[in-house]
Amino acid sequence: MSDTHLGGAVATSAPPPAVHEGLDPAALAAKHGLAVSGARPGLFEYVRDLWSRRHFILAFSSAKLASQYSQAKLGQVWQVATPLLNALVYYLIFGLILGAGRGMSENVYIPFLVTGIFVFTFTQNSVMAGVRAISGNLGLVRALHFPRATLPISFSLQQLQQLLYSMIVLVAVALFFGSYPSLRWLLLIPALLLQFVFNTGLSMIVARMGAKTPDLAQLMPFIMRTWMYASGVMFSISAMLADKPAWIAKVLMYNPAAVYMDLIRYSLIEGYGAGNLPPHVWITALGWALVFGIGGFVYFWKAEEVYGRG
Amino acid sequence: MADTNQGNIPTVICDDVHIVYRVHTGGGGKGSATAALSRIVGRGKAEVTRGVRKVHAVRGVTFTAYKGEAIGLIGTNGSGKSTLLRAIAGLLPTESGKVYTDGQPSLLGVNAALMNDLTGERNVILGGLAMGMSREEVRSRYEDIVDFSGINEKGDFISLPMRTYSSGMGARLRFAIAAAKNHDVLLIDEALATGDRKFQIRSEERIRELRKEAGTVFLVSHSNKSIRDTCDRVLWLEKGQLLMDGPTDEVLKAYERETAR
Repeated sequence: MSDTHLGGAVATSAPPPAVHEGLDPAALAAKHGLAVSGARPGLFEYVRDLWSRRHFILAFSSAKLASQYSQAKLGQVWQVATPLLNALVYYLIFGLILGAGRGMSENVYIPFLVTGIFVFTFTQNSVMAGVRAISGNLGLVRALHFPRATLPISFSLQQLQQLLYSMIVLVAVALFFGSYPSLRWLLLIPALLLQFVFNTGLSMIVARMGAKTPDLAQLMPFIMRTWMYASGVMFSISAMLADKPAWIAKVLMYNPAAVYMDLIRYSLIEGYGAGNLPPHVWITALGWALVFGIGGFVYFWKAEEVYGRG
Repeated sequence: MADTNQGNIPTVICDDVHIVYRVHTGGGGKGSATAALSRIVGRGKAEVTRGVRKVHAVRGVTFTAYKGEAIGLIGTNGSGKSTLLRAIAGLLPTESGKVYTDGQPSLLGVNAALMNDLTGERNVILGGLAMGMSREEVRSRYEDIVDFSGINEKGDFISLPMRTYSSGMGARLRFAIAAAKNHDVLLIDEALATGDRKFQIRSEERIRELRKEAGTVFLVSHSNKSIRDTCDRVLWLEKGQLLMDGPTDEVLKAYERETAR
């Protein structure tokens, strides 16, 4: 259509001025207790909203997980087969060809490597899903009203469920290489919980950044890969960096990915004693979880009202 | 003003609402790589130089809707009707101006929350939860939703993945889920005419029911007939501006005169 078609209508029937009861719109709204639509709720209200959506978060994350392999012939078997194949490939390259297991016996190195891969993958996938949590679900964000933090939290939860499948493989590997269940295995629970909180916080941070700059999704794989190699996934940091200045190893060992990885290795592998852990490791793990969990949540909430802008 | 609205309770107030979409045009033309870089790094620069195009979809719309009204939104394609609806629902932020609402208006549509790889059954539950229903509510409405959609009329389809549904069946299930909840302010975006004739009649009935329960209903439609059947007031949008706001007959007549030319 063209402009001229409507010219007449504009002139003859302008909308009536919006003055009702002698009040301007803002005053009218205030008088009748109307609230601004789409305004950001307060932090506590937001947490309450989120809590009331907990069933949706659970349903959404398990639905995502279930739909992941639904077209494959083997179906849910891939939940376990994928991490297993991953572990095999890394073992082939780093264990057999490169001999990265310096200073560790086969019985320790293989579970060490597999744990490292699974635990890092947990963080990596949470971040990768987080960066697209808003930008990849704009349809949902623009169609329905819900606290947007639902999305990154759901995706992290999906990864946690995925990790629990991987744990089946991990436990089998540990048993095979002579690490048997002991009370220490109970430490897995707090370690994984802390890592989950950290992951969720981090994925909320990248979710906000990714919502503004979708290009981040292209960049993320490189950042994550660098982080992986710097966190000692396939080698012991202290053994590998023995001839370098001590502070480098220290920085690497206190980075969140390495802390959670080491805690889970320590909990699971018999030959991986407390001597491999840096001092104050539990406090560090808790600290990272709280700083990122709370910080990430607040950072994400701060932009709540602009998610979904075209 | 001194019309019948006097003394009524307003439910939605739009105060000089402007909505601007920002579209990444993905560079293009000379120097696009550096332009792209400055787009990422740059802050506060003119939008044009950052390879972002602005689309001013709604330009200064002001109106007040009252309890019990059913308001139709008309206008040619791209006139900003759906965008305005989304702003009322609080889903799109306004560039300037404000939308005041009584409670949380709901846009009728859960399409985006559903997953094609999941069974209809799980989608009903997921869609219900996505709309903010509690688990108990979803459970108690489940049978109604499935019956209403008529998915199981030709066998046990509800336990099959949604990707195996015909397009009509999918649309019917989506509508059935979306229409399962009652709302204070209900926003309906056209495309109601899905499914076969039998289902259309059923959905029109359901909309009438929803209207009775809702405080205010907004309906975007290109079908003048369905606007005439359901609405008592019509807003005519063109190029993001409010051209006319008045009783259905009056506005539709003017609209038909314009579009017939």
